[in-house]
Amino acid sequence: MHKEAAIREPLILGHKTYHDITEDVCKAIEDKAPRTWYILFGIALIIGLYGIGCIAYLLGTGIGVWGLNKTIGWAWDITNFVWWVGIGHAGTLISAVLLLFRQKWRMAINRSAEAMTIFAVFMAGLFPLIHMGRLWLGYWVLPLPNQFGSLWVNFNSPLLWDVFAISTYLSVGLIFWYIGLIPDFATIRDRAKRPIPKKMYSILAFGWSGRAKHWNRFELVSLVLAGLATPLVFSVHSIVSFDFATSVIPGWHTTIFPPYFVAGAVFSGFAMVQTLMLVMRKAMGLEAYIHTRHVEYMNIVIMVTGSIVGVAYLTELFVSWYSGVEYEQYAFINRATGPYWWAYASMMTCNVISPQLMWFKKLRRSLIFTFIISIVVNIGMWFERYVIIVTSLHRDYLPSSWTMHFPSHIDIGVYLGTIGLFFVFFLLFARFFPVLALNEVKTILKSSGESYKNAPDHGHEVKHNNTNNQ
Amino acid sequence: MAEKVIYAMYDDDDVLKDGAKLLVSKGVKVSEVFSPFPIHGIDPIIGIKNTRLGIVAFLLAITGTVLATYGMKFFMISDWPMNIGGKPNDSYLDNMLAFIPITFEFTVLCAAHGMAITYLLRNKTIPGMPAQNPDPRTTDDRFVIELRASENTQYTTDELVSMLNETGIVELDQKEIK
Repeated sequence: MHKEAAIREPLILGHKTYHDITEDVCKAIEDKAPRTWYILFGIALIIGLYGIGCIAYLLGTGIGVWGLNKTIGWAWDITNFVWWVGIGHAGTLISAVLLLFRQKWRMAINRSAEAMTIFAVFMAGLFPLIHMGRLWLGYWVLPLPNQFGSLWVNFNSPLLWDVFAISTYLSVGLIFWYIGLIPDFATIRDRAKRPIPKKMYSILAFGWSGRAKHWNRFELVSLVLAGLATPLVFSVHSIVSFDFATSVIPGWHTTIFPPYFVAGAVFSGFAMVQTLMLVMRKAMGLEAYIHTRHVEYMNIVIMVTGSIVGVAYLTELFVSWYSGVEYEQYAFINRATGPYWWAYASMMTCNVISPQLMWFKKLRRSLIFTFIISIVVNIGMWFERYVIIVTSLHRDYLPSSWTMHFPSHIDIGVYLGTIGLFFVFFLLFARFFPVLALNEVKTILKSSGESYKNAPDHGHEVKHNNTNNQ
Repeated sequence: MAEKVIYAMYDDDDVLKDGAKLLVSKGVKVSEVFSPFPIHGIDPIIGIKNTRLGIVAFLLAITGTVLATYGMKFFMISDWPMNIGGKPNDSYLDNMLAFIPITFEFTVLCAAHGMAITYLLRNKTIPGMPAQNPDPRTTDDRFVIELRASENTQYTTDELVSMLNETGIVELDQKEIK
């Protein structure tokens, strides 16, 4: 068995047994939902339904109901799309990349981070679909034989690459998540007493047995899926950035976009994980499994990716000057000092300055501070996409067509609606699904659980002394 | 013909592993181990070979690459070459760079889904299957060794039971299965 240094902070606090882990996680599913859950669910549902109403109005009337104009043909919709896709990057990064690196702290958060990822990608996918106007013709993006002289979709277009990237990402993320869920559904199935939940969970558990051979396959499938999902995570946001980078618009036409977008995506995704996790651990009594050590590690990831994003912003500025192309230079000067300076300033403050505060150990271990920063980062990352998209478009080559973008109430309604729907899904997940990967957390109990790792009688002798510095 | 099966239950994975080692050293065939999480190192002890699902994934990945390459060559080069600013549209090689993203995505799609489906079918875990574990506690905190009388004909059932009793079991169950 893998041994961990005794000096290292345990991942599972307190004196837990295997059974305690099952109890702690299943309690939320088996007990009656608390009143706060119903209140939150009600609020999220109302906002979500309002969003659905806005979408229905949009589909009935046409996308003219958005605040777009002749100059700014892409604004709020694609900003929200990129924002949600970005948020949807943390889950797979946590469960796939951290699995390849054998980071055990991932086990407490991977399940809910992945759920968050899947729901965020749902929300992201909604935007290109409604942008089509005629949602029912959405299947036209697929290369299907047709009667238009067998006209195919354009495989040279980054927008089509996006179709493949997002749908692959969503479906692979979904099966990765579900394969991990099967053994945990079996745990709930075997504990369920009432007939209807028993039936439901036994359908969801697919008849899982827990045989040694099945676990052997399970581990390999997880590993290979992680290996496949890792380049997938990086490819998805690279391809999203190609939507802009392959164009010739000053401000978009940048080779730095793929790595910069990927770092930004991880940055915003981790921030969203922090926001949700800090509330969830408290509300569901999971303080023993998700605690300061996990939060600190995630904050370090936020700090590193935030710094990459900051460097990318500055590189962009430098290159626009160094390129000698006056249109490129103007695009960036206009971003910082033009009528959208406030968006640029919010982006810079939220994304470049705020993560730097994580250098202070006290701050990055403070849960309240982390919570505030996580929200600040999410706001900042929304502004980043808005700045890139709108400020690059609103000052055209032709000064007579210069304009500003004003979102309509439908724009805002659809965006708020996706936030509402996202929380509807997430709250349902927290209520009915095991929010912690039970089977994975149990495997680290002996190596990283507090009561085991510092017990001198357990396998090896603990010879270390905290105060003694040799 | 009915067969006698012995289920020995443990409350610790390491105790089970030591127990299995002891049994195997005496020539007992352990036919199955049920556990709530993967017990690392149990496979070689009870003689479980490593899964070949990785090979399946690799083959499916190659299938995906080939399909995507062939498909895009057909759509964009043979069937309906698009004129995009007069750029060459009659050779796959000249256009290949633009096809890489989708080739990659489709490779991952085929490998991941194909492997997941193979995994579920091989495990016989499909929606609607009844639970296959001998005791509901094996998905919580109990670990079970299964011995079959027919696979251990050199010992009587009582001998097997007494051997199991030495390995620190917490419960023992015998069943007749058809």
